[in-house]
This record gives sequence, C-alpha cells and structure tokens, in this order.
Amino acid sequence: MSQKMTGAQILIESLLKENVEVVFGLPGGQALPIFDAIYGSKLNFVLTRHEQAASHMADGYARSTGKTGVCIVTSGPGATNTVTGLATAYMDSVPLIVFSGQVSTAVIGQDAFQEADTTGITRSVTKHNFLVKDVKDLAKTIKEAFYIASTGRPGPVLVDIPVDVQRGICEFAYPEKVEIRSYKPNYNGHPGQIKKAAEIINKSERPVLYIGMGVIASNAEDEVLEISKKADIPVTNTLLAKGAYPNDSALSLNMLGMHGTYYANKAVQAADVIIAVGARFDDRCTGKVCDFAKKAKIIHIDIDPAAISKIVDTDIPVVGDAKTVLKEMSSLIKNKERKEWIEKIGEWKKEHPLSYERNDDKLRPQYVIEKISELTKGEAIVATEVGQHQMWSAQYYKAAKPRTFISSGGLGTMGFGYPAGIGAKFGNPDKEVIVIAGDGSFQMNMQEMAIAVLNEVNIKTVILNNQYLGMVRQWQQMFYGKRYSRTCLAKRKTCPSSCNTPDRDKCPVYVPDFVKWAESYGALGIRVTDKKDVEPAIKKMLEAKCPVVLDVWVEIEENVFPMVPAGASLDDIMVRMNG
Amino acid sequence: MRHTISVLVENKFGVLARISTLFAARGFNIDSLAVGETEDPAISRMTIVVKGDDSILEQITKQLNKLVDVIKVNDFSGLEYVERGLALVKINAPKTVRAEIFRIAGVFRTRIIDIAKDSVIVEVTGDEEKIEAFIEAIADYGIKEVCRTGVIAMSRGHK
Repeated sequence: MSQKMTGAQILIESLLKENVEVVFGLPGGQALPIFDAIYGSKLNFVLTRHEQAASHMADGYARSTGKTGVCIVTSGPGATNTVTGLATAYMDSVPLIVFSGQVSTAVIGQDAFQEADTTGITRSVTKHNFLVKDVKDLAKTIKEAFYIASTGRPGPVLVDIPVDVQRGICEFAYPEKVEIRSYKPNYNGHPGQIKKAAEIINKSERPVLYIGMGVIASNAEDEVLEISKKADIPVTNTLLAKGAYPNDSALSLNMLGMHGTYYANKAVQAADVIIAVGARFDDRCTGKVCDFAKKAKIIHIDIDPAAISKIVDTDIPVVGDAKTVLKEMSSLIKNKERKEWIEKIGEWKKEHPLSYERNDDKLRPQYVIEKISELTKGEAIVATEVGQHQMWSAQYYKAAKPRTFISSGGLGTMGFGYPAGIGAKFGNPDKEVIVIAGDGSFQMNMQEMAIAVLNEVNIKTVILNNQYLGMVRQWQQMFYGKRYSRTCLAKRKTCPSSCNTPDRDKCPVYVPDFVKWAESYGALGIRVTDKKDVEPAIKKMLEAKCPVVLDVWVEIEENVFPMVPAGASLDDIMVRMNG
Repeated sequence: MRHTISVLVENKFGVLARISTLFAARGFNIDSLAVGETEDPAISRMTIVVKGDDSILEQITKQLNKLVDVIKVNDFSGLEYVERGLALVKINAPKTVRAEIFRIAGVFRTRIIDIAKDSVIVEVTGDEEKIEAFIEAIADYGIKEVCRTGVIAMSRGHK
C-alpha cells in the first residue's frame, strides 16, 4: 500500500521506518518544507544552537548506542557547519547521516542565497554522499544511506535534498531491501587465513592483542575476552577501543602509543605476534613506524581491505568482521598458559605503573579523574574533549564496558566532547553521562548547555581548568624551549606579550566564570580549587538532578606522561620529564 | 612505475570527481584519463594512466575499490593487455616538404584528415610509445598543435 506524499514527508516517514529515536539539527530557508513536515509529527527533533554541535550530538548518540545518528540541517552554512562533525565521524568510523537542505535544482550552480556545493565539499569526509535530484529517488536513497552508514566499516553519509525535491510529490513506499551492486562488504574471513593466524598464535610465546574501534563496532568484546583468557594473551587498546576490554583485568595493558602505558608499549615492542583487531596502526599508536614491533609477525583482522598493510606490512591479513572472524578463530586457538610472558609484563607494570605525584596537597587533574572513576565505579559514560584531559581520562578512568568512552580519536576535534556527551545522554537517558573537558575545548561548543537545560538532559561536566590550551603548552614546554606562545587563555591586553610563568594568584581573572555561565542557563555550577573538596563536589554533582558544570582549578603546568615524542620509536618512551 | 588502471563505475554524475579526488588527495597527477560507456549503458569504464610508487598505487587501488560507486578495479601492470590512444597532430607543411611528411605518416600507418594551405592534420592511433615516436619523427617540420586522448586498455583474451 502506498500513498502520495511530499519529499519532506517521505523523509520524516522514512526516518520513522528506520526507528530513528532522535534527530539533531537546526532549520533554515532551504529546509523549510522538511521542518513543516516535522511540525506535529512523531519525530523527536532536538533543536541545537549550532550545526557542528548537532553533528557531534548525533555522533555521540551513535557511538554510545551503536545505532546510526541523524542530523537535519539547512543548505549552505548549515551544511558546511557539519563538515567538522562529518570528518570526525569519518576518521573514527561512526555511522552518522546528515540530511541537508539545498537550493532548488533549477538554480543549483547560480550562487543562490545560502548555496554551497555540499556534496563536493563533503566528498572527502564522508563514506558516501548523495544529491537527490528527483523526489522519486528519495526513499530509496534514504534506505541506501542507512545501509551504507551502518554496514561494513561504518561511516558518515550525507544526503543533500534540494528544496523543490522536498516539495515534490510522489507515491511513497519505503523499500524493504537494499541492493547496491558496487557495495558488498565482506563479513566472513577467509578460512585459510584464519587457520594460518591461529597456528601462528598457537606457536607464539609473546603475543599481544591490539584492539581498536572495529571491536566496538562489531560488538566483538566477548570474543576478544575469550581468546585472551584462553590463550593468556595480554590486550592493549587504542583510545577508541577503551572499554572494549576491562581495564582492571590482569591481562589489560591499557592504551598503547604516544600517551599509552609503559608496559603496553614495552609489550608491543617485545611481542613475537601482534594480533591487530579492527585497529588501523594510527601514528599515535605506532610511533616511528619502521621501529614498531620489529620482532613480531603481524596478524591484521579488519573489515576494510584498504586498512591492511596501509602503514605496517601485514604477514597474515584477514579481511572480515571482527566478531565473525574471532569466533571462528577461537575454536582453533589452543588453551595455553604463558607464564613467562605474563610475569615479564607484571615486572614492567611494577617498574612503571601509571603514576603522578599523589603525596602533596596540589590539586592534580589525574586525581580528579581517579575520583570520578572510583565514585562511578567506571560505569558512567564518559565523553571527553581533546587534549591533556582526554589523555588523562584514557589513562585513569577505568571504563567497564564498551561504548562508554566517547572521544574524538582520529581527527582530535576540540568542541566534540560536550555535544557528544549530550547526544550520548539522549541515547542512554538512564545512564550517568559525564563530560570530561578542558577549559579550552569546552569553550568551543559550550553554547549547547541550552539544549541540556531545556531538554532536561542531566549531563555532568567536569572542566579540568588549567587556563591553558594544555597539550599545546606541554609541547611548547618540552620541544619549544618553554615559549608559551598563544596558549594561555587568561592572557589579557595588560599582560606582557611573552610570558611563561603562570600563577593563579598573579594572573588576570579567568573568563568566563564557568559557574556563573552555568547558572545563567539554569544549570548548577560548582567551583573547586582545593584537593580536599574534590570528592564532595563530585558526589554533589552526581546527586544533582540537573545539568552540572564542575569547574576544577587544577595544577596549571601538569603534564601528560608517559610520552613517546612525535616521530620517535615506542622504545623511546619517557615516563617523566627529563632533567 | 607506469600503471594503466581500468575502473568500472556506475554511470552517474559525480563519480569522476570522486575518483579524481582520490588521486589528487595523495598528490598523484593523472597522466591520462579516458571515460566512456561500456556494453551496459549503466556502467562506464575509466582508464587511468598514472606513474607512481607501487605501494602507494596499491593503496589507491584499494581506496578506489572502497568507493561505493566503483564496481571493479583492474591494474593492468604485469598483465597481458592491449592499449590504444589517439592523437591529432597539426604539422607545418609547406609544399616543399609535404611529400616527406606524407611518407613518414605512411610509415606510421596514420591518416591525413585535413590538408590546408601550409599545414596538415594527421590522425595517429596506437599505444603511447607509437604516438610519441610519431610526434618525435615529425617534430623537425614544426608541430603547430597536438591533441591527445587518454589511452583505453583491454586485457587479451585467453589463448
């Protein structure tokens, strides 16, 4: 049974058919028919204050639920504002769909008001995009967009819909099936390759599982756990795979790479087999590529053939879905104790555990994160911004489950965390969602506090306020002779033009006052400047039934360690500041 | 190394841009490109000639395969295949040398397709080497204009 509808109605009906729970976005001139169709419909539409934030909210929703996130924005600036969100989702393989309004097909190419070549601009930051030129193609295109975004290696898709197509009328029947001859992701690994991989693992003495976002995307955490326990294989995770393997397990090495643990990096460098699962050998993980895991045979399981041997030469590639492949592989892997190897790792863990100065009264950011981890038992969903606080969160927050650590990894998008956290809360209304932010990143999208307050999204935000763009400042301290060039966020006109001696008592007053900012929205603002107040403040924050901003004035010049300097080998890991 | 890559794609708008973007994003210059419909009008074939490092080209081939509109990618390097391109060459040809030019054109089995007062246009088909050899052979007479197509290629049938 089909009925006649406008393109705009077709879009809304199709979204409802896809069981879309929530859509984020902002209206505009060339999307008016769509917004007219939303009026009075069952679609739950969240009006954001910026399209970039809408795209990050949809992204956070997608990462935390596993479902596809959806945005609707207008043409021109509405669409271009989502480009950062699309690029963020593309780098981290997140299923996301942006529907953008477009000027009428009759005037495309005439530089009409709010016209942009949206499909052209977004081509290199999407898995695929569409310009719909005929309303008859709309329903099929929407079906394909959901299919492409969520299958294979997931990724963002943009669908550009000219206003006359939104107004056009045709019979609506949502396709049941989708068939794209040129797009057929392969889920099953080659049995011969799986067998070879299992044999190498069985023979190995010092294997390491290196897991990435693909493990979360394919829900393969149980299979990873089974194989690691069965064969005594330690597991290191990328930033994005945090939570896919329990951090408190004895076999967990936590994160590897630039700010990974000493023992994860040591283990990778000493390994005789690396089993990479849904990870892409990002430069933040490998360090200097030619020195990466030189003694190891590399097994690489990935659904994306283009990820194989892209950076590190692979000995045994297995193209397929992580869960499907690991399930099959598991039966071929022998139970084995690897006492010597686990003992060696235990020694490294003892030698250099993650550490910071705990024994003074200074309010250190790592302490705040440890307390959050402790008081939530690692069961909250944590969304981070980008920078030092992100790395400390990865190091000190013990995520208990997959999809509970939301962070922009590949693109490193400041301004991602706060809206992503709001999106995650929309997808998980019963879970505690905590955003861990830096004072720099938070200011990039903090206008979205209105959305939290107005929609009663009780999101908790902890700002580790060090009045600096801290990660850049750290690099300036370590590699640019402590010349803190344009990283101080407290610097005023009255300050000397160059300064590398920050001091809370002498520096100009910090703006904005995040407590007043929160209060101006009707949220709760709490400031903490003393170590002893941290725990009670976090408790108060967790108990509050409204959005909260906890502004924690941490040590200004605290640095993230361990650290592998950019371009250096993982062997050159520094556990503390030299000299 | 020189690679001749054949890409079967959906015959839709925007597909050429997706493909050229992939090469451009990696700083690869496409030496030649030919696009045309296949026996199935819904499918086009693009034949791309590009020079570059083998491992980077392997990566590009994989990335091409990832594009949703790409049906099949074939790198002909190392395979048995034939390729053909076409060039139109306008040559200075005053009466005094015209006979010589015709003789060279004959040696290369080309066709004269235009004769004007002091110039001729020669149509030459063949693989890249032949076209280049002809242009070189004729260069001394003064080339006024060259217009070349991208090469097209096809794997040889089983023998």
